[in-house]
Amino acid sequence: MTIVKTTYNRRSFLQTTVLAGGGMMLGFSWLASCNPTPEEVLNMPKEWFNINGFLKIGENGVVTIMSPNPEIGQNVKTSMPMIIAEELDVDWKNVVVEQAPLNTDIFTRQLAGGSQSIRQGWQSLRMAGATARHMLREAAAQQWQVPVAEITTAAGMLYHKKSGKSIGYGEVASAAAKIPVPEEVQLKDAKDFKIIGTSRKNVDGKKIVTGQPLFGLDYKVEGMLIAMIAHPPAFGMKLKSVDDSAAKAMPGIKDVFTVNVYNEGYEKQWSDTTAFDELVVVVGNTTWEVMNAKKALRIEWERTSAAENTEGYMAKMAALTAKPATQLRKDGNPEAAFKSAAKVIERTYTAPFLPHNTMEPMNFFAHVTADKAELVGPIQTPEFMEKTVAARLGLPLEKIDIQMTRQGGGFGRRLYGHFVVEAAVISQKMNAPIKLVYTREDDMTQGIYRPAYHVTYRAALDADNKLIGFHIRGGGIQDSPVHADRFPAGAIDNYLAEDWTLDSNISTGAWRAPGSNFIAGAEQSFLDEVAEAMGKDPIEFRLELFDRAKKNPVGKNNDYEAARYAGVLELVREKSGWGKNDPAGVHRGVSAYYCHNSYVAQVIDMVLENGKPVIQKVHCAVDCGIVVNPDAAINLVEGGIVDGIGHALYSTLTFKDGAAEQSNFDKYRLIRHSEAPKAIEVHFVNNGIDPTGLGEPLNPPIIGALANAMYKATGKRVYDQPFLAGGQVLG
Amino acid sequence: MATFNLNINGKKQQVEVDPATPILWVLRDHLNLVGTKYGCGIAQCGSCTILVGDIAMRSCMLPVSQIGNQAVTTIEGLSEDGDHPVQKAWLEHDVPQCGYCQAGQIMNAVALLKANPKPSDEEIDGAMNGNICRCGTYVRIKAAIKAAV
Repeated sequence: MTIVKTTYNRRSFLQTTVLAGGGMMLGFSWLASCNPTPEEVLNMPKEWFNINGFLKIGENGVVTIMSPNPEIGQNVKTSMPMIIAEELDVDWKNVVVEQAPLNTDIFTRQLAGGSQSIRQGWQSLRMAGATARHMLREAAAQQWQVPVAEITTAAGMLYHKKSGKSIGYGEVASAAAKIPVPEEVQLKDAKDFKIIGTSRKNVDGKKIVTGQPLFGLDYKVEGMLIAMIAHPPAFGMKLKSVDDSAAKAMPGIKDVFTVNVYNEGYEKQWSDTTAFDELVVVVGNTTWEVMNAKKALRIEWERTSAAENTEGYMAKMAALTAKPATQLRKDGNPEAAFKSAAKVIERTYTAPFLPHNTMEPMNFFAHVTADKAELVGPIQTPEFMEKTVAARLGLPLEKIDIQMTRQGGGFGRRLYGHFVVEAAVISQKMNAPIKLVYTREDDMTQGIYRPAYHVTYRAALDADNKLIGFHIRGGGIQDSPVHADRFPAGAIDNYLAEDWTLDSNISTGAWRAPGSNFIAGAEQSFLDEVAEAMGKDPIEFRLELFDRAKKNPVGKNNDYEAARYAGVLELVREKSGWGKNDPAGVHRGVSAYYCHNSYVAQVIDMVLENGKPVIQKVHCAVDCGIVVNPDAAINLVEGGIVDGIGHALYSTLTFKDGAAEQSNFDKYRLIRHSEAPKAIEVHFVNNGIDPTGLGEPLNPPIIGALANAMYKATGKRVYDQPFLAGGQVLG
Repeated sequence: MATFNLNINGKKQQVEVDPATPILWVLRDHLNLVGTKYGCGIAQCGSCTILVGDIAMRSCMLPVSQIGNQAVTTIEGLSEDGDHPVQKAWLEHDVPQCGYCQAGQIMNAVALLKANPKPSDEEIDGAMNGNICRCGTYVRIKAAIKAAV
């Protein structure tokens, strides 16, 4: 039994209030356009009682749980409420989940990023449920005049065994709402979990498969106008002049004007990254009319800084990796180790810029009036953007209302909310509700891209073929992928990590598993090559390094637990039958990586068919601690694997004269159905450790397993992503 | 501008629009049927897939003037209450992650199964290859299609 002090998160709780009246409700304005499903209508209580900011209980026992964090496909809208429902001790079928609006008084960290929603929400979500359960027990104890310790609960019912009394949560919810918030509450033992650890379907599943309005692009209100932007055709350019006479005369067009995204002199926060500060805006009645008018704009642009070309920045990166860079970590004497080495293996890995390509392009609704701003749409950082919008409009923070829709993918792109600000400014200018819509081309060519990366690894082997030195040096455009304290740091006596960054006018930012999405594949390919040079099995080789890091770690601050790392590798070895039951005619590659607090090991089984790699199976072992919603977790694991393989094999964004050469899916390749693995088998380590996230740890390591399997299949190592840029025939 | 009498999800609908307007925007902006999604606007991602008759079409490049009196079915019209076999299979396999592309995936799968009730894995790949999912739910989509009978 864990007892937690509720004061720890006191600001997370509303003052408890009794709320009456059937009208108050599941009601955020964008939901008004949704048709409630019949079962919801059937069960909706007439009266609701707010127990705390996370949940309300209806007089008939139906529970509404507010899901605080942005839902971008990671399924937190189901799994976070599951954690509350567990501690509240209710039947999941009586739970209705609603997306909470941004409310910094009640919730902490309403952000989707870093695979942190479950990890950081775990304690506060459990506490919200446990606190409410405690207050319900207190209310029942008062009503029955018995000690609260004698009140037990199960599935939304309160019981007093001695007297044989029982009552539903809904019947005491009114009294419970008046009970003072307890100073400490007991949390359940994991062995008593009834909801956590069981698979529950996506709470929005039915609305998704029936096409209900859920997403930002689906949102509309009476009198809403459509806005689109035109941005410079290349990075390092700005607006010179615009002739909007033809566009303005087109049917349905209300206005054409230019806007500055931020005020002059405004100090941007990290989530304010944007490629272009001044945009041309077209506003009209319908999407098609505005799209056409946008094409009729005659705009002159002018260059403000040098135009980037792919060949140019790739050469600059290679030059930076070739010379000493910023030292991040040094153990032992790596210079001496390399000098005395009998053999040095040196390999260089590269990766291109990548757009996020969420299937739902950037968009946002805004209705700004003289004294307030109502904003609705898909954003991963509502708390940050509230501040930016307040500063841009000159309104106090409390006058900015941000509501989150379901989001058609995030992957980091919606961390950067310049489009929220743009929508607000356009609405203010039009004095009308507007929805800003990016076309796919706008979205892909005005990106906050995954940086292009470049890294060189070196390994020193002595005359006995022992690994005596390790060196990593690399960087990227505006961001370095080198994590100096990650494995194999801590497992090798002589170790050196250095990095650099290169500035550019191409905007870059976080992209699903920042840095790791490149470096994991490079490192795991390199270790495979080192193992081969040493004549060792790649799994055995890694396990020996983990063993060293566990028993006698080199240096301090090693950013991993060697035992958990080895655990997933051993599990995937066992489940895949690696080295014992290797399937005949199949080429296998292995990889293991730790990032975003979760450990992952993967084995890819590949064959070549007509010169194309066909992945017959992926075996995957994951240690993310307690798995809240197993089937949904497996879905996320499968998706991360498919996404990682796809980007490593096919995806690239190249530049010519400062402009992205791919602007839509006719030229830009995402993985397709026929290219996905035929089967993915997922195994979780069952260790009862508090849960960590799954949004990001899956796509980085699979790139290493992929590269290693491709080597087995073809005899050739691959170093530069995307591995199949030119549609090569393998084998 | 011209007037079009459309047959959408079994209902007669009259709209007055530019004849070149893709049916996608007629559905979304004029008829408030927003289940059909915009993804690329050039018929490359499949998010906007609808049925015209029994054939899966990309609505983002299909001018309203070409529809005539053919029956159009969108995700909203697939069933009364989400109980079309393909929708049920999608729920049973809990396919969606973000969910944005899934209406298009479902509509394309419905057309496939109408033409070929028992498709092989290769036939599923061939028919579904034009529908992109950035979340990577392809493995589950295939399982759901095979289960939808």
